[in-house]
Amino acid sequence: MDLEAISKEAAELVANATDMVELDKVRVEFLGKKGKLTELLKGLGKLSAEERPAAGEQINKAKQGIQQLIHARSELLRRQELDAKLAQESVDVTLPGRGKATGGLHPVSRTIERIESFFAELGFSVKHGPEIEDAFHNFDALNIPADHPARANHDTFYFNPNLMLRTQTSGVQIRTMEAQKPPIRIISPGRVYRNDYDQTHTPMFHQVEGLMVDKNVSFADLKGILSDFVRNFFEEDLEVRFRPSYFPFTEPSAEMDVRTSSGKWLEVLGCGMVHPNVLRAVNIDPEVYTGFAFGMGIERLTMRRYEVNDLRAFFENDLRFLKQFN
Amino acid sequence: MKFSEKWLREWVNPAISTEQLSEQLSMAGLEVDGVEAVAPEFSGVVVGEVVECGQHPDADKLRVTKVNVGGEALLDIVCGAPNCRLGLKVAVAVVGAVLPGDFKIKKAKLRGQPSHGMLCSASELGLSEDHDGIIELPLDAPIGQDIREYLQLDDVTIEVDLTPNRADCLGIKGLAREVGVLNELPVSNVVIAPVAEQIEQQRSIVLQAPKACPRYLGRVIENVDMQAKTPTWMKERLRRSGVRSIDPVVDVTNYVLLELGHPMHAFDNDVLQGEVQVRLAKDKEKLVLLDGQEVELADNTLVIADEHKALAMAGIFGGEHSGVTAQTKHIFLESAFFSPDAIKGRARQYGLHTDASHRYERGVDPKLQRDAMERATALLLDIVGGQPGPVVEAVSEADLPAERQVTLKRANLDRLIGIQIDTDKVTDIFQRLGLNVQTGQDSWTVDVPSYRFDIAIAEDLIEEVARVYGYHNIPPAAPSASLQMSKHQERITPLMLMKQRLVSLGFQEAITYSFVDPKVQKSLYPTLDALELPHPISVDMSSMRLSLWPGLLQAVSYNQKRQQSQVALFETGLRFLPDANEAAGVSQQAVIGGVLAGVRQTEHWDMTTAAVDFFDIKAAVEALIATTAAVDEFSFKAVEHSALHPGQAAALYRNGKQVGLLGAVHPQFEKELKLNGRTYVFELELDALSERRIPQAKEISRYPANRRDIALLVKDSHTVADILACIEKFGGNQLVGLNLFDLYRGKGIAEGHKSLAISLTLQDPARTLEEHEIQAVVERILAALSEQFEASLRD
Repeated sequence: MDLEAISKEAAELVANATDMVELDKVRVEFLGKKGKLTELLKGLGKLSAEERPAAGEQINKAKQGIQQLIHARSELLRRQELDAKLAQESVDVTLPGRGKATGGLHPVSRTIERIESFFAELGFSVKHGPEIEDAFHNFDALNIPADHPARANHDTFYFNPNLMLRTQTSGVQIRTMEAQKPPIRIISPGRVYRNDYDQTHTPMFHQVEGLMVDKNVSFADLKGILSDFVRNFFEEDLEVRFRPSYFPFTEPSAEMDVRTSSGKWLEVLGCGMVHPNVLRAVNIDPEVYTGFAFGMGIERLTMRRYEVNDLRAFFENDLRFLKQFN
Repeated sequence: MKFSEKWLREWVNPAISTEQLSEQLSMAGLEVDGVEAVAPEFSGVVVGEVVECGQHPDADKLRVTKVNVGGEALLDIVCGAPNCRLGLKVAVAVVGAVLPGDFKIKKAKLRGQPSHGMLCSASELGLSEDHDGIIELPLDAPIGQDIREYLQLDDVTIEVDLTPNRADCLGIKGLAREVGVLNELPVSNVVIAPVAEQIEQQRSIVLQAPKACPRYLGRVIENVDMQAKTPTWMKERLRRSGVRSIDPVVDVTNYVLLELGHPMHAFDNDVLQGEVQVRLAKDKEKLVLLDGQEVELADNTLVIADEHKALAMAGIFGGEHSGVTAQTKHIFLESAFFSPDAIKGRARQYGLHTDASHRYERGVDPKLQRDAMERATALLLDIVGGQPGPVVEAVSEADLPAERQVTLKRANLDRLIGIQIDTDKVTDIFQRLGLNVQTGQDSWTVDVPSYRFDIAIAEDLIEEVARVYGYHNIPPAAPSASLQMSKHQERITPLMLMKQRLVSLGFQEAITYSFVDPKVQKSLYPTLDALELPHPISVDMSSMRLSLWPGLLQAVSYNQKRQQSQVALFETGLRFLPDANEAAGVSQQAVIGGVLAGVRQTEHWDMTTAAVDFFDIKAAVEALIATTAAVDEFSFKAVEHSALHPGQAAALYRNGKQVGLLGAVHPQFEKELKLNGRTYVFELELDALSERRIPQAKEISRYPANRRDIALLVKDSHTVADILACIEKFGGNQLVGLNLFDLYRGKGIAEGHKSLAISLTLQDPARTLEEHEIQAVVERILAALSEQFEASLRD
């Protein structure tokens, strides 16, 4: 059999091998110990010394050719085998993953969290206080003496004349100023209570109050910080206005409105410069220090931010409502 | 306070629209709450006179009239009103008129009689709910004039929500003063001239509580005609101010209240005996009020009395006995200054709130009494006639509010507002406000007018300056402060971290009311007495919560009713435990609590689902504990608790102190709480949980770890925690891992026993452990387990 025919035969068999086992058989048949080419090589000895190198070279060339073919075929078969295996292992990537769905924070918490972060940036720390409060911290220290008409406006839940559910978180400001000397920068978020229940009032709701006391804190500063705040909160370049108002614990006092898309003004918070009587009550000299305070209803801000229509939804804890904020 | 815009504009009339006026008032701190037309749209109604009035031939209740509306011919109009009579001036809707509700007046026949128009009642014109017949206009009403013009119906009622400091604006006079200041316009006052006495009748007045009432004016007016009617113009002004017309005397006192902001009261002079005394009530003295209610007075309440008894609650409410009635002939008119301190809170004490108390407790101008008296007298004489006596004034000058002077320093003004306003501008603002001002070196000293109870200190003046200057004219600024880092503590676990762990486990945050249903609470906590709200919104919101569970369980039930098969909620907040050691008798503890019910997870294409059980809620607690990085300080122990399943309840301890509870809600409450299936709860004290360990890293061993598994047989009564603790103890330092990976009871295991499969991981930090060393540790552990728990290796 001549070399060419062997090479041709081998090439055909390699090309027809459909798996590695078959391919290996071809290898043994031609290149094995008793393979056809091996036999030819063994036969070189019969040739003359002159013919031997050329014939040897030819056989080796053919051998290399077959080896290359086998290698290439084996690579191809291996790849095909892998492809088949991978194809078998493929999944529908659109199937839901395994594991539990996560829950989420209450929208009121989410708002409080945002507000805390805005003010933390300006060095305001977060303070909390008791919800059952005494008359001193809820009223007296805030320049609201007994029988002051402002007390009547509060719809307070009293336990007795000296003990009540706090109507505002201002008591926290008083406690802070009692314990700490200026400069003071705090905000106090939390639950507050008013004896009122209808479409727009729940007997419990949340407030965030803020207080800054330092040298040379002014009404212009108050306007600046709160304007920045609402624009950040709503992420809109809202038109805001400050309207004179009255709170016993601030003088001057203001209410801040924002212009809604309908063109109407919406009241969002109350604020003012801390009344000197309040500073004096906690032994801060109003001749040296000034301060501003503000307070806002969280539910109202949250409603406007996330287009919640019914205040009461915040306290029903309907999962279908809550999950919208996850 | 509600007022008519036209009435205000009689006093001061700035050239601005209603809308601008409202905006201006709001921006000056007199917040406008509403603007409402005083009459709905209608047209074609004119003043007419009934010149003929006869009985309808075919209808008893109808009258056939001829009405003069100033046209060429008289109008035939059929009218059913009982007060329709000859000579009456009436409001006539002529043919073509359109009344409120788009009601068009056409020619008609009523029971065969032609009717070319309609005589209108106040309600038909949308002016009141009054159905008492047709409007009776004054006799001098000009025939043919459009009624809208005649009654000035193109007017609005403006409602201002006045803050308690601005009592000076609780009357047209004060509002006009304010509008004048804002628009830099002069204000015209009503001319109030003394009304000369025509008779000598008078009553002496004794101020027995001069601090509470330092000034009291009284005047007798005899022979008043109580049958007289309040004129239309006055009724209209009262109506537009939201005040009902009662009788001429009450109407006049109310009119003066609205006009000058000064409350007044009238007594039936024939009922009074002897002198009028202004005194404090005797304890438990009785008084029947004008509304018929009898009150028992407290001795802090000021009364007007005669020599025998209390007649009225001073500055708050009149008495029935001494009130003016249709039969009254002679009246005694009161105009007094009561100190705010004497009135504050008193009305509320009796559950009352009146226009008078509202003003007196905020402060009525102590110099206005005589004006009010003269004004009311003049108005009364015009309407009910009669002869006035002299005005008797009792006054205790020393007890009248002192004249106040307040000084404002330029430096304080600039510092508080944050900008510099020109000295002249500031002076001008004070002058326009009616404050007599002296300008000093870098300061202003002003005399506070008697009607401004709200100005006492320099800051009050600053507010006035800022307000009139305009808050909007003060540019916003950025506060500056020293950049000082505040104190941060890594060893306190942030609450948000704990919340986020629960969120990751699928919990949804809830916020429930701090007051809950006392019945539910009493069931869950039969031995604790919760703090109760004396005046709750409703009974089921009356008990301060002893834990978060009542609220969370209610939320579970709420959601299960709405087809939610998987409920996982948590909440943080205060619980209110009775505690005699606390000042308020209650300790307010911050806790974090959660609840699980229904399935562990929603159905999934590749996972089986099952109902949640104890170990799901425990996993949540363990996740929270893990935030402390001090898991070894915590332990769980079986516990008995009124609210929990006796076999599935645990207490959590930290360093031996109980800090929380978890378990299944006792099945006996499932029905009462409307729970669908087993429900699991936990509640942990945040203070106890918040202390976190700062990590201290140890070196990681470079030598191989060796795992040995053991299968133990022990009695069921031994807890896994005890067994693992024993292994840990005897495992020594080389035992670096310990895990219970299987628990088996049943076939092949003796009754009352369990099989525990535990893996031990052994490793030395400094070398590779030899087999015999590993074996020695395992054997040491097995020996200890055998001795302490009679544990044996399972074959």
